[in-house]
Amino acid sequence: MFRNILHHHADSSSDCAKLCCTRIEKFGVKAGRLVIFEDVDMHVHCGQLTALIGPNGAGKSTLLKAILGEIPHTGKLHYVDAKGKHTGNPVIGYVPQYLRFDVSSPTSVMDIFMACLSRRPVWLCSSKKLRPQVVESLARVKAEHLIDRRLGALSGGELQRVLLALALDPIPDLLLLDEPVSGVDQNGLELFYEIVAELREKEDMAIILISHDLNLVAKHADQVILLNKRVLASGTPDEVFGDAQTKRIFGMMAGAPASSAGGPEKGGVA
Amino acid sequence: MMESLMHSIYGVMDAMFPFAWASHTFMKHAFLAVLLVTPLFGLLSTMVVSNRMAFFSDSLGHGAFTGIAVGVLLGAVSPIASLVVFSILFSFLITYIKNKSNASTDTVIGVFSSTAIALGLMMMSHGGGFNKFSSYLIGDLLSIVPQDLAALALVFLFVVAAWACIFNQLLVMSINASFARSRGISSFRVESLFAAMLAVVVSISIQWVGILIINSMLVLPAAAARNVTNDVKGYHLVSVAVAMVSGVSGLILAYYFNMAAGATIVVISAGIFFLTLLLKPYLVR
Repeated sequence: MFRNILHHHADSSSDCAKLCCTRIEKFGVKAGRLVIFEDVDMHVHCGQLTALIGPNGAGKSTLLKAILGEIPHTGKLHYVDAKGKHTGNPVIGYVPQYLRFDVSSPTSVMDIFMACLSRRPVWLCSSKKLRPQVVESLARVKAEHLIDRRLGALSGGELQRVLLALALDPIPDLLLLDEPVSGVDQNGLELFYEIVAELREKEDMAIILISHDLNLVAKHADQVILLNKRVLASGTPDEVFGDAQTKRIFGMMAGAPASSAGGPEKGGVA
Repeated sequence: MMESLMHSIYGVMDAMFPFAWASHTFMKHAFLAVLLVTPLFGLLSTMVVSNRMAFFSDSLGHGAFTGIAVGVLLGAVSPIASLVVFSILFSFLITYIKNKSNASTDTVIGVFSSTAIALGLMMMSHGGGFNKFSSYLIGDLLSIVPQDLAALALVFLFVVAAWACIFNQLLVMSINASFARSRGISSFRVESLFAAMLAVVVSISIQWVGILIINSMLVLPAAAARNVTNDVKGYHLVSVAVAMVSGVSGLILAYYFNMAAGATIVVISAGIFFLTLLLKPYLVR
């Protein structure tokens, strides 16, 4: 009940006709008999950054995978474009949490772009035609110098920027970022958020971000959703961080971003 | 038609290789088979290694025990036909269970692999006639006949075409399954197709290479190639080259020293692998 009241007060659930928006209704995922999450309603608009916060095991990553359609789920996803037409499935860009791939794999940044953008197999494909397009994509995330590097030779921050560039080509309607900067150093982290903030302003897309870094969430997000098996609170950062449940789950630290004090060094809460 | 074609191929080979080993027809057949099958091992090997499927391809070899035994027991069909069908079904089943179940991949494969060996051994040992199967353990490259070569040529065309179609998707999947999904790639479909290709190539070559070492042909070429390359093109090129060079030189050495050809080929690829390991610091950026 509490959840519903808060949800309806959130400014993001206002009129859907003006902007393109994605509405998630009654999403639920079960693994066998175990409920990962249930009854999740969300409403995200283009040009807005929605942060998904919650303790470990709250179902945040699973929710993104359900939105991607990778995991079977209950409930519905409605996407309405700027003209107010239901267009069915939005184009989704996704940046995974961490990569479980072999760093010794001989694949260059250019290779992975060719694999995503071209129908010709990479081992037959001439890179000349696609190269300008790839450079342009990489420039969007300030990574054009990385084009010929091996994926395994990139730092965590560089890799996440390259993956972000991939997720942005073609420009998606909905961009899902699953703890994109976990394990990335401070510089890489700030650069990544700068780019995301820039995207939010320039491009007409909705962004959903999972983060444990409450300081950065408070700074960049338009809407915050606290998830723990279900939506516990949602609204502006101030509303959610002021909420009793957030304080209980995140302890003392929830107070820090609201008063914009330093917060924990690594930003890790979990 | 087949005979006249084979005769003109023999003529070309006699002109190209005026050596003792190439004067025998069985060596000519073996040589042609190596030229057809090793590039396939080289290609498939790249994604077996990148997608960490070495254990999976190993289980296909083990599944062959059951496939061959079923074929022999049925009697009506050739063991190879039954092996190909069985291997494809076996690979689909593993891929399906792997996608459905929460158990880790190596557990799922381990269960299937050991079940297949046990079932196969049980059937083979029925009536005490195990000896007639022992040739499949080591394989015999010198037993190839022109009909086999025609079948190999078909498989070659099929695999190269399929490889061109699914390679990009496999590459994206090897990075991250969810990311692949966001690009509209159905992991299950691509994985099944790749598994089926592996199953066909493994089962058709098992009679020549042998169950015991077939998997090394699918692991060593790419394992060596990734030590010395930085991009996908190089990876493919070196992997195919390693497979072909060790295939041809292994066959010839096996002839002169009177050894099992499959094993010799594998030992040479292993030698190349250790060589690339030494070169790695100088070549990988």
